[in-house]
Amino acid sequence: MTPILIITFIATLVSFIFDRNKTLKGIKKGITQFSKILPTLLSVIIIISVVLFFLSDEFFIEYLGKGAGIEAYFSAALIGSVSLIPGFISYPLAAIILKSGISLSVIAVFVTTLKMVGIMTIPIEAKYFGLKTTLLRNILSFIGAIIVGTIMALIFNYI
Amino acid sequence: MLKILKKYKFDFSVILAFIILIGYSYTLDFTPGKEIIENNFWNFAKEMFVALPVIFILVGLIHVWVSKEKVQKHIGKSSGIKGIVYVIIFAFIQAGPLYGVFPVTYLMWKKGSSATNIFIFLAATSTARIPMLAFEIGFLGLKFSLLRIAITLPIFIVIGIIMGKYFEKRNLVVKDV
Repeated sequence: MTPILIITFIATLVSFIFDRNKTLKGIKKGITQFSKILPTLLSVIIIISVVLFFLSDEFFIEYLGKGAGIEAYFSAALIGSVSLIPGFISYPLAAIILKSGISLSVIAVFVTTLKMVGIMTIPIEAKYFGLKTTLLRNILSFIGAIIVGTIMALIFNYI
Repeated sequence: MLKILKKYKFDFSVILAFIILIGYSYTLDFTPGKEIIENNFWNFAKEMFVALPVIFILVGLIHVWVSKEKVQKHIGKSSGIKGIVYVIIFAFIQAGPLYGVFPVTYLMWKKGSSATNIFIFLAATSTARIPMLAFEIGFLGLKFSLLRIAITLPIFIVIGIIMGKYFEKRNLVVKDV
């Protein structure tokens, strides 16, 4: 958390020195955006809080944790591929799941497939690129995400 | 006001139900309710309400300093490595979900961008869009983000090149919707 606070503080300061009006405009824009997602964010946190109360830690560890092995990657990749969750919700969600003992590499697979593979949006993508190209791109991205997760797991485990 | 209520109908209902739960839990000493509120909700909320406004301010600042129009001028005109670099920069400053960037790819295509560059764009924009990156660093940490990008970008540039070759070999076109 601290790095982002420092980065934002320095960025604001530098921006302010160069252009006061632009900086104020940027800050205002940011705060407006934040207030727009606030109700959704609150309801998401509430729903996650209630759901997590009913799901035990054992559930996560069994299906997505270290014990689940390679299956954890596939579960994470599948959930990520079919989900249509905006980033401002998926990252807090990932941070919460992380606290339940899921490894960072599984989270990386989830985050990567979430962004690169869109099974629900295949019909939209196919309108632009054609169905075959779309399927190929999604399949390659799915494989790519698993590779990313595997490399991250290797790095986290051995360094 | 009514418009706002309608737009956030679902969210407001959830929040209202939660307020009722809070009231019920503390007046009648309902333990599971208290546990949900204190152990889960409060823990998640306090972190997010410090982190998010800060992240949003950063995103707002990036938005006013790096305009899409400025970078867009160079897309399609330059090719080779330089073109790829511009495409990646252009990709990083996009916002919104993946399906929201498909119309952008059509514009790129019309402006003369190569298929390879379009697929690299798609890969790069889903790897590390700056607005999303701010959230990722905020919640999962700088180390995680940098490592993930460093690993993801080369892999997905390769996928972009494979897709570009496939696309060009078959003389396919990006269609407008």
